[in-house]
Amino acid sequence: MSAVPAPPPPASADGSLAAPLAAPPKDRPAWRVVPARLAAMCVVELQKLRHDRTELYTRAVQPALWLLVFGETFTRINVIPTGGIPYRDYLAPGIIAQSTMFIAIFYGIHIIWERDSGVLTKLLVTPTPRAALVAGKAFAAGVKAIVQAAVVVVIAALLGVHLGWHPLRLLGVVVTVLLGSAFFACLSVTIAGIVRTRDRLMGFGQAITMPLFFASNALYPTTTMPDWLQVVSAVNPLSYEVDALRGLLLGVPAHLPLDFAVLAVAAAAGITAAAALLGRLAR
Amino acid sequence: MTDADGVRDHATGTAHDGPAHDGPAHDGPAHGGGHCGRHSGRHSGRHSGGHCGRHSGGLDGEVSRYGGRDGGAGHGGAPESGADAEAAAVSCTGLRYSFGESTAVDGLDLTVRSGEVFGLLGPNGAGKTTAIRCITTLLPVPKGMARVFGLDVAADRMRVRRLLGYVPQQLSADSGLTGRENVSLFARVFDVPRRERRARVDQALEAVGLADAADRLAKTYSGGMVRRLELAQALVSAPRLLILDEPTIGLDPIARTVVWEHIMAVRAATGMTVLVTTHYMDEADQYCDRVALMHKGRVRASGTPRELTDDLRARRGGGPAPTLEDVFRDVAGSGLNEEGGEFRDVRRTRTTASRVG
Repeated sequence: MSAVPAPPPPASADGSLAAPLAAPPKDRPAWRVVPARLAAMCVVELQKLRHDRTELYTRAVQPALWLLVFGETFTRINVIPTGGIPYRDYLAPGIIAQSTMFIAIFYGIHIIWERDSGVLTKLLVTPTPRAALVAGKAFAAGVKAIVQAAVVVVIAALLGVHLGWHPLRLLGVVVTVLLGSAFFACLSVTIAGIVRTRDRLMGFGQAITMPLFFASNALYPTTTMPDWLQVVSAVNPLSYEVDALRGLLLGVPAHLPLDFAVLAVAAAAGITAAAALLGRLAR
Repeated sequence: MTDADGVRDHATGTAHDGPAHDGPAHDGPAHGGGHCGRHSGRHSGRHSGGHCGRHSGGLDGEVSRYGGRDGGAGHGGAPESGADAEAAAVSCTGLRYSFGESTAVDGLDLTVRSGEVFGLLGPNGAGKTTAIRCITTLLPVPKGMARVFGLDVAADRMRVRRLLGYVPQQLSADSGLTGRENVSLFARVFDVPRRERRARVDQALEAVGLADAADRLAKTYSGGMVRRLELAQALVSAPRLLILDEPTIGLDPIARTVVWEHIMAVRAATGMTVLVTTHYMDEADQYCDRVALMHKGRVRASGTPRELTDDLRARRGGGPAPTLEDVFRDVAGSGLNEEGGEFRDVRRTRTTASRVG
């Protein structure tokens, strides 16, 4: 036992307490519950980031290395058909997508941690529908990912990547990262709901991140891939996220409506699947 | 509701019911059933014990009445959102839950009256936590098995949750947030309007004596402070039923006392019902209005601590005053020390204890 808390003043909970705490808050109308829960979860995530930015810094190392080492080297050897732009420019949106995906996937591990620590259990006993809780967590992962994306964008700009800074395009980037991260966070929660232990989830997390990354257009255009890999890439939401980010940040031709549609559907499907399995995490 | 015959039907009619359950604890005449489900609403602090405990088995004969325990303030808030003010805070009828092959709760009958502090006692693996998880809607149970203020936990999950404040056995405060942020999160998820939020959060923190530490990260708190913070999180929504699962596990005696003092002070101020599980019999004896002794998934005896000990003493024909622990040994029979709960239970308990310590 570390520190013994000082006994409280005995009067700390006397009659003065009775007024507001004796009255329960009124119900919110149902349509306001979901946005309120999303906001609550995102606020918590921002508060945590404010208290501890270590993860923000450590997670910036990998994308910086990808851009600096991999990007610069392949820009020099110039073997990847990028459609006429420098490879480091081509790579930057891919690395943004990859690093935000990593954050989202490991967020699921965090949810298992919350299960083990009782935080999740307690949230499940609040008037919060499962889907709202999952969506809240998913978008909280998205908030974290957006902060990460901003860091990578700054690194890319410092390395001389030519980025477009139009506010509408940046808003598009935010939406893209949010939806993509929501999907990957839910993928991770879904796996968490199936495997149910942190060790196993860790293994799965490691096992899926790299294949998702390599089987996408993040590093190279899909046209250079063998046919079977092109199929994998076509069903990989990361490819659509990268495509949208390229279109928005670099101004190269992209399929923005398709990208947003796929990401929105993926996020909705992920939230549904994760919400269905969340109850298993409570047991 | 607490129909003793119903219990016995369950006890004999199930596949899970091995010989292990058929100890002497079951063979006595069943007492105390019948008129227990509904109460006349207002218990103005004093509890007329005696009618409602279910005494199966070993506890034979009349229990003495004990009205001396002053329960503090009266009833929790006004009836709202469909909850029945007249109904018992918790009533379980033949509650049963299995994890695969092992039946954790095996025909539990339980009535917690509105306004009382009720202790659910038993060793590790008795099924206390599982019962709590059924009542808090965490585990899916069929309709009709458990009600909270008259609302079926299977059919009315959201409304039941609004009435509950729940502190799980594990340390459940978020260590990466400050005390105030932890409480504020629960104000948000219980839909406390923004303009009331700050005042309510402050008040909840003050009620548990954490006002000064409110802006420190929870990871800097001691075990007892974390428990009090969790209490504040549960209190910020002004629950009518506060459910505490082993609130003092792993705490040193002083911190235990402090946690209990806060629970009792808040209870006195708001009149909320408190359902607490513990395996510290001394705490139950000191703080609970009524207790139920649980063993192998069932309630083996219930009543006020005084009733239970007096009753045992009477059956022993006098002698030194027995403790609740003696009562427990008596009703649970032998074999108590050989099986101390499932591996998972013990592990969870230890994890919590080591985090607290």
